[in-house]
Amino acid sequence: MRQLFNQLISFPYFFKFAQISFPYLFLLSIFVILFGVLWGVFFSPVDATQGEVYRIIYLHVPAASVAQSIYYTMVIASITYLIWRIKMASVFMISMAPLGAIFTFLALFTGSVWGQPTWGTWWVWDARLTSTLILLILYLAIISLFSSFDRRSSTDQAVSIVVLIGGINLPIIKLSVEWWNTLHQSASITLSGSSIDNEMLIPLLISILGFYLYVTAIGMRRMQVEILKREISHSWVKKIFKESR
Amino acid sequence: MRAKRRNRVIFVSSLIASLSIAFIFIVLAMNENIDFYYTPSDLTSSKIIDKDSLRIGGLVQEDSIKMSKDSLKTNFLVTDLENSIEVYYEGILPNLFKENSGVIARGFYDYSNGIFYAKEILAKHDENYIPKEVKKALVNDS
Repeated sequence: MRQLFNQLISFPYFFKFAQISFPYLFLLSIFVILFGVLWGVFFSPVDATQGEVYRIIYLHVPAASVAQSIYYTMVIASITYLIWRIKMASVFMISMAPLGAIFTFLALFTGSVWGQPTWGTWWVWDARLTSTLILLILYLAIISLFSSFDRRSSTDQAVSIVVLIGGINLPIIKLSVEWWNTLHQSASITLSGSSIDNEMLIPLLISILGFYLYVTAIGMRRMQVEILKREISHSWVKKIFKESR
Repeated sequence: MRAKRRNRVIFVSSLIASLSIAFIFIVLAMNENIDFYYTPSDLTSSKIIDKDSLRIGGLVQEDSIKMSKDSLKTNFLVTDLENSIEVYYEGILPNLFKENSGVIARGFYDYSNGIFYAKEILAKHDENYIPKEVKKALVNDS
């Protein structure tokens, strides 16, 4: 177990592991996303109150879920970096933040498109929508830190601290719809069950799985690029490029 | 090396501790004014909410919608199942606006006659997703 962990946080081992598994994971994720979303959009039944417009759920919920999960994992990585100075943790944060920003934007955008016909408005400043917008701003702030320092270790440290402080927003997003009166409805899928009919729920769960696989695949690829940037002068990198020639 | 790591652990845990305290204060402060809307009971209780523009939310009471035939004027009752408030509105209603379904109205509450004059009506969707056929079957059964 310990050996496996040590291998995963070592740059050459991780690079090779990602190099081999990326194509399979990527193709699998595209297949699962297409399967879930196409099933949801074309074959699942129409919602009784919302009509066809509810089908945007097959993009909105997976995007919102992935957007928050990425931040949760970044908080764990930030603590890991701050205590143990494991470089892989900072590679992880820097690689995942742009993905988090994209999926947060997608969640806000699809939510807005759904809100216009359903609620009667594109945007309101209720607790759920506002805290999600703050998540997007946090991601952008973290991305803007990447090139703000001359020294690598200063950047990594600054990114870790901002990620950790921003973690305060996560429980607010999660609990906003339960604690306060918001326009956004409360969660449909909880640990105790789901208030979505099974015929609609199954394609939704498949799309969510597909989005997670996709983010894992692209995240690994981005980490490879970040590792190459940092280790370009190391002998193991040169060796890999010689081999592939 | 050990001492250095201990210092980092102290740094991280004190950061997390102060963040948790900040979180509690933020939530306590937000409880005062973060609610997107008031319930009819909030307004009819003795506490007067003195605002030019506020939102009330609840369910549209059954058989309470009265629509004018030659204009966009509507009035209906918003209820939280304890108290209800009469709402006057002139304009286009969202598609999901109907009896026994969630609604949020923004406007002005007149304490003298207990009528809420709405400038904007939003429909609130709940967390239930039911196919049309299943709903029809459920209604037919009951």
